[in-house]
Amino acid sequence: MNKRSSWALPYFIFLVLFVVLPLLLILMYSLQDASGNFTLSNITKFFTDKDALGTFALSIEVAIENTLLCILIGYPAAWILADNKLNRSAVTVVLFILPMWINALMRTLATAELFNMAGIQLGKGTLLFGMCYDYLPFMIYPIYNQLKKMDKSYAEAAQDLGATPSEVFRKVTLPLSMPGVWSGVMMVFMPTVSTFAISEFLTNNKIKLFGTIIQENINNSMWNYGAALSLIMLVIIGITTMLQGGEKRAEAEGGLI
Amino acid sequence: MQENDLIIKLEHLSKEFDGVKVLDDVSLDIKKGEFVTFLGPSGCGKTTTLRIIAGFTKPDAGSVIMEGKDISEVPPYRRPLNTVFQRYALFPHLDVYDNVAFGLKLQKVPEDEIEKRVKRVLKLVSMSDYEDRDVESLSGGQQQRVAIARALINQPKVLLLDEPLAALDLKMRKDMQIELKEMHKKLGITFIYVTHDQEEALTLSDTIVVMNEGRIQQIGTPIDIYNEPVNCFVADFIGESNILKGRMIRDRRVAFIKHEFDCVDEGFGEDVKVDVVVRPEDIYFTTDPAKCQFKAKVNSCTFKGVHYEMWVDTDTGYELMIQDYDPYPVGSEVMLYIDPDDIQVMKKEREFNSFAAKVKGEGRVEFLDTEFECDTQGFEEGEQAQAVIRFEKVDLLDHEEDADLTGNVEFILYMGDHYHLTIKTDAGENIWVDTNDIWDKGDFVGIKILPGDITLHKVASGNE
Repeated sequence: MNKRSSWALPYFIFLVLFVVLPLLLILMYSLQDASGNFTLSNITKFFTDKDALGTFALSIEVAIENTLLCILIGYPAAWILADNKLNRSAVTVVLFILPMWINALMRTLATAELFNMAGIQLGKGTLLFGMCYDYLPFMIYPIYNQLKKMDKSYAEAAQDLGATPSEVFRKVTLPLSMPGVWSGVMMVFMPTVSTFAISEFLTNNKIKLFGTIIQENINNSMWNYGAALSLIMLVIIGITTMLQGGEKRAEAEGGLI
Repeated sequence: MQENDLIIKLEHLSKEFDGVKVLDDVSLDIKKGEFVTFLGPSGCGKTTTLRIIAGFTKPDAGSVIMEGKDISEVPPYRRPLNTVFQRYALFPHLDVYDNVAFGLKLQKVPEDEIEKRVKRVLKLVSMSDYEDRDVESLSGGQQQRVAIARALINQPKVLLLDEPLAALDLKMRKDMQIELKEMHKKLGITFIYVTHDQEEALTLSDTIVVMNEGRIQQIGTPIDIYNEPVNCFVADFIGESNILKGRMIRDRRVAFIKHEFDCVDEGFGEDVKVDVVVRPEDIYFTTDPAKCQFKAKVNSCTFKGVHYEMWVDTDTGYELMIQDYDPYPVGSEVMLYIDPDDIQVMKKEREFNSFAAKVKGEGRVEFLDTEFECDTQGFEEGEQAQAVIRFEKVDLLDHEEDADLTGNVEFILYMGDHYHLTIKTDAGENIWVDTNDIWDKGDFVGIKILPGDITLHKVASGNE
């Protein structure tokens, strides 16, 4: 082992202790019954449990809706922020990032309180509002970065070749900013699938998401089933990440010049 | 008839960026089919001019006329001209074919026609087999060719090229120069080219437009510009040159380096101060005392490939650069002469610094946003005056403590026995200095002018 690679040792230990070991524990628990014997019943239970499957489908649905909402609101916002003519100061960018400085739980509680004050019924609408509010900066920032570092000469070249401003956007700016959108999707979609605090506070537990079920099982000492659910979620998230990651890499390569 | 030959006419273009004038009243006629080059150092306004023609930059004043129509308000996507960008700006998400076809697809040209035209234009730039290649996988030179193909496929009437060869290595640049020249001949369209490389400009152009500080310095054929520069800037920027102070004795007789020479220039008047340019290849060695016009001692001799570059000290104390195929040993005494044809006499642009000044009170005057002490006898407080300072009377300091004002060295001209510097003050005004000290371009300097060196002149009456 040479000198430089020994610097990696603390990180290696950290990774083993706090990432690899917990993952192995999850795997172990999910394949055991309450008395510690090997079983696959935890896994098969999920696929036969209509409630769990329904909650899972709902989680994915909410996550997709939230992600789309974030793109819809976040992309134009990022575009405005990245435009030197429309946004002359860096302060506005900070303002968009500012909410992240406050703990998400506190923000969510405050949002719930606001809804109560305004007499708005808690439900899916308020859930999506809260999620979007929490995760929007994670969508705006990568898109903003991508747009900001994009060479302006691409847009000029497109105009030069006869593209109207809307054609420039559709045929050049948008495709070239996709790596930023993918980063945003990764940072919004994944956490929304597993969130439980937001749904708890903003729907009064009326809507249960996948994260909520895991939390409930663990809290009720059903560690093995909870671990199995976690494992299933990890696998599914892992697969989507790899799918998107592949796409993102191809796009990112395209974005380099 | 003559108007019909014009394709682009620039009328009094001016442009400021953040209070800095980058273009100052630029007017130019460009003929159909011409290869025009904007040449100048960085920041001279050449790229801004090109961007105004392309429509990416809006001028503060002036207009762009194309084929008789004012296109100043036409957006870039409706202008019948195309641009080859400095760093190519090929779309990284599209392959070579789609990059080149981009313009035609926007026009909704039928697919089979697009294919035919893409093939034809890729053949023109010798990139036929690269259609499916990712643009990132191409070398700089190949990307350059694709960029040219992409610009040419729309069949523009004018092709704008913004330093297109700047990123290529020397050998590739030379090859591309020849190809561009051939393409221009073959296509017969107008090329407007921007470069800071004088050799490139001389090689390619029909007409060169030399620019500096936002102004056109000279317009002419490469031969005219090289042989008959109109001022010191052009002489210094294009090729190597000896630029010297001179005095026109009478028509066809000029004195410089404390010797008198026959020349071919007329019409300057008698006993008039001028600037003289002699190209280093135009000073000849001789062994015939009858031909010798002045003597010198060789100071240094460097082999430059084709020729030797020698610096000589004349018997009158001037330093000259000479290029010759034969070397002369350092330290040797040589006899030299210059042909009358090879002496280029230029009108002096200025003989002293002159600033609009305001008398602030007894012994105090303000100009260049700074208050100076000087003799104000004969002037009243509040009176406008002209403050005159000789070039050699301006002192440059390398610190700002004792300085009256500060600035940066903008341009350096070696005049054989001293340097003539252009200093841009912080307020953006030019002040010219003759000095024997060596400064570098961009140096921050303190400027000091002693009270005795400022002379006030009355402003002509009627001029408030």
